[in-house]
Amino acid sequence: MAKAEDLKVKDGVDQDTVEAVQSISGTYKYGWETDIEMEYIPKGVNEDIVRLISDKNDEPDWMTQWRLAAYERWSQIEEPTWAMVDYPKIDYQDLYYYAQPKSMAEKPKSLDDVDPKLLETYQKLGIPLKEQMILAGVEGAEDQPAEGRKVAVDAVFDSVSVGTTFKEELAKAGVIFCSINEAIENHPDLVKKYLGSVVPPTDNFFATLNSAVFSAGSFVYVPPGVRCPMELSTYFRINAENTGQFERTLIIADKGSYVSYLEGCTAPKRDTNQLHAAVVEIVIMEDAEVKYSTVQNWFPGDENGVGGIYNFVTKRADCRGDRAKVMWTQVETGSAVTWKYPSCILRGDESQGEFYSIAIANNYQQADTGTKMIHLGKNTKSRIVSKGISAGKAQNTYRGLVSMHQKAKNSRNYTQCDSLLIGSNCGAHTVPYIEVKNNSSRVEHEATTSKVDDEQLFYCRQRGIDEEAALALIVNGFAKEVLQALPMEFAMEAQQLVAISLEGSVG
Amino acid sequence: MGTPQTKSDPNTARLSGLSLPKGAGWASAARKSALERVITMGLPGRRDEYWKYTDPKGLNGPVAAEAAIIDSTDAPGFSADSLKIVFVDGVFNAEASDDLTLAGIEIDRLEDVTASDIHWARDVYGVLEQAGQDPVARPLAALNTAVASDGVVIRATGKAAKPVSILYMRKSETADVVLHHVIKVENGAELTVLEDGSAAARLNMVIEVDVADGGAFHHIRTQGREHERQAVTHIFGRLGQESLFKSFTLTINGALTRNEAVLEFTGDNATAHVAGAAVGDGKFHHDDTVFITHDAENCESRQVYKKVLRNGARGVFQGKILVKAGAQKTDGYQISKALLLDDDSQFLAKPELEIYADDVICSHGSTTGAIDEDALFYLRSRGVELAKAQDLLVLAFLADAIDEIDDDGICEELLTRLQAWLERRQD
Repeated sequence: MAKAEDLKVKDGVDQDTVEAVQSISGTYKYGWETDIEMEYIPKGVNEDIVRLISDKNDEPDWMTQWRLAAYERWSQIEEPTWAMVDYPKIDYQDLYYYAQPKSMAEKPKSLDDVDPKLLETYQKLGIPLKEQMILAGVEGAEDQPAEGRKVAVDAVFDSVSVGTTFKEELAKAGVIFCSINEAIENHPDLVKKYLGSVVPPTDNFFATLNSAVFSAGSFVYVPPGVRCPMELSTYFRINAENTGQFERTLIIADKGSYVSYLEGCTAPKRDTNQLHAAVVEIVIMEDAEVKYSTVQNWFPGDENGVGGIYNFVTKRADCRGDRAKVMWTQVETGSAVTWKYPSCILRGDESQGEFYSIAIANNYQQADTGTKMIHLGKNTKSRIVSKGISAGKAQNTYRGLVSMHQKAKNSRNYTQCDSLLIGSNCGAHTVPYIEVKNNSSRVEHEATTSKVDDEQLFYCRQRGIDEEAALALIVNGFAKEVLQALPMEFAMEAQQLVAISLEGSVG
Repeated sequence: MGTPQTKSDPNTARLSGLSLPKGAGWASAARKSALERVITMGLPGRRDEYWKYTDPKGLNGPVAAEAAIIDSTDAPGFSADSLKIVFVDGVFNAEASDDLTLAGIEIDRLEDVTASDIHWARDVYGVLEQAGQDPVARPLAALNTAVASDGVVIRATGKAAKPVSILYMRKSETADVVLHHVIKVENGAELTVLEDGSAAARLNMVIEVDVADGGAFHHIRTQGREHERQAVTHIFGRLGQESLFKSFTLTINGALTRNEAVLEFTGDNATAHVAGAAVGDGKFHHDDTVFITHDAENCESRQVYKKVLRNGARGVFQGKILVKAGAQKTDGYQISKALLLDDDSQFLAKPELEIYADDVICSHGSTTGAIDEDALFYLRSRGVELAKAQDLLVLAFLADAIDEIDDDGICEELLTRLQAWLERRQD
């Protein structure tokens, strides 16, 4: 680790980064687990389990049928093998598909009724769920030096949503922000209309499984012309052992609205692998804009590749109206295996899609991630900036598709994929697909692969920065374009994560 | 990725029933093993990821589709002085060919070579093709190894006195031709091979090139200008230490073309450049598939591919640079560009990098678009008429790929052919 006294005196060094490196003492700081009584349903997945999950969530019959249809489909399809990831076969019958803290069996009326242990968990994660109370009860609280902007949080613990903050304030603006289960209960029309309309239940193996067994996840509806007054965020925590997490997020931005959504995830250190198969669907109407940022920090497994999360996620945004805009930003540092391609369907004319990604893989991590930009409307624009960093014995793949359909006249895409290799035992791969079917569109793709510049490293070293701190500094610089696209709250966390994720990758 | 799996295929029965050409023990063994490979792999289909953008139907069906012969006075050939080897409808023609003796090289026919019990070609024939089957299956190449009976076998032992040109004439509208050339460039030797002509209604060609340490191999190929012909070609190259391999292909017209280049660096400090220019109109599907494996240190590879497409023509580029662990100091470069002259044409690309060594510089780029309006306006404002200005810009666009050829004379010749293609399309 960096020695504080060595570093403080140096000028011209990005102090934030140096501090970030110093502040970390363990390799994975979210590796603890909460000792809380859990209630499981039996292991495995079958029709009865699907019904049981539906029942646990008090769902109407149409939802149960929807799940069953997805299960029926899932039982007929095979797990995809095309990604450049290698993991032992998952026994889908040896997993718990639903786990909830016992104290949640009776739904708490407010956060006050929530098991303090749960709230403690989120406190530990640095997520101030109680904030709502202060702001709701005490007028003077607003005079307190607020930590930047207000952020509404929906916290998910294994299979259940623990609580959602700032609900009232959001409701005043007309914004609906709640767990998906509440939405099925309270806003069935919206859910019926949009659920599965972007990622159909038959989309792919993992999305189909999710459609059958999902529980928890967030639901957001921003009405026409509304600029969501604060950032919305979800924190996912897998705590229980042998449990899969299958959350489903549905965001609808109606005409002319705007919302920024943040997502964070952590899990305890365990020596068995855990499955996470989420689906995120975003519907964006005319002139609306959605920013979706993720800092994915699931447990990546230890330095010998034992344990860690299998992260098989389907994320897609559909720009249905003209001038709709979506921006995906992701910092992928965790998970043993990542399989994730947040995509944009640019259906409306002049709609825009952006994808910024940093994927860091260290030790035995494997990441196969990228995006799809599907241009259907005229004058649509997309931009892809992907930075992959591999260290240790990790494999990091960018896989992406840019497709210009024949009717997508005058469209534009720019793609940049850069890979950085640290050490000679890791791999960095680029697998782009480019399909251009009209001639008024322009598509450009660039990719480079290189190692950390020795001269830059030497420059830092001769100024007294130790090797790991120097490396974090250089990597943060390499990924700067993506870090800048993140909201403030996440940018700092992401910089720190870059440093932690690379620990032990030099020397 | 992964090992090839046996597929149940309606073609399997047909393949199992194929009768292989007769030859010496080693040749029969090579053919038999190749046939087994094809049966295990199955012929390519639309669902194969490697054939995502190209429908192999025309290439692997039992009979070749008829292809009209265009009325043209141009005989295949280059103006440069060379030793000519002529094939008519895929059969070696001694009368039209030059005497096959040339200082610095030995030339034989595949038929003769596979009949003799001892020949150096046994270490190359089907061997490089088989090595090229991993990690991606190329069943049509294995099929070629199994059934090919004609082709040339060239061994360069010194600096060849002049280039060898292999010319393909077409007389038949239904000729379904399989050709297999084997080339060995010994230590420090140099050889240039030129190829010209459409060869067949349907052509399946494999060229295996083994370049030993310090050897240099230059290859320039043009594929005629027939409209209806279909072709699949594979060049398999194995590159020794400090060797040089350069291959360029010009494709004008053709209903379906799939050109694969599969190269592997096995010795340090070697260089490989592959390039191609393709122009097509209407019913034109052109696929360049390149796979370069760096398994040695300090090697340089370069891929430059350009396509001009119009009236619904389709271009495909699948390029890959694989840098194996330990192949440090690799310099890999790959560029694919397409110029779409109208809204019906398409370009589909998959430029891949797979890298397992850290001290490397690898980059790739791919762009697709229409003619630059600004450049066009500039020329127009200088009084150049529209059609002429477009032609100039098309030629300038293709020049990047043609510049990869060292021989200026041949560059000029190819540009003239392209000019002629553009002019033929003016009306």
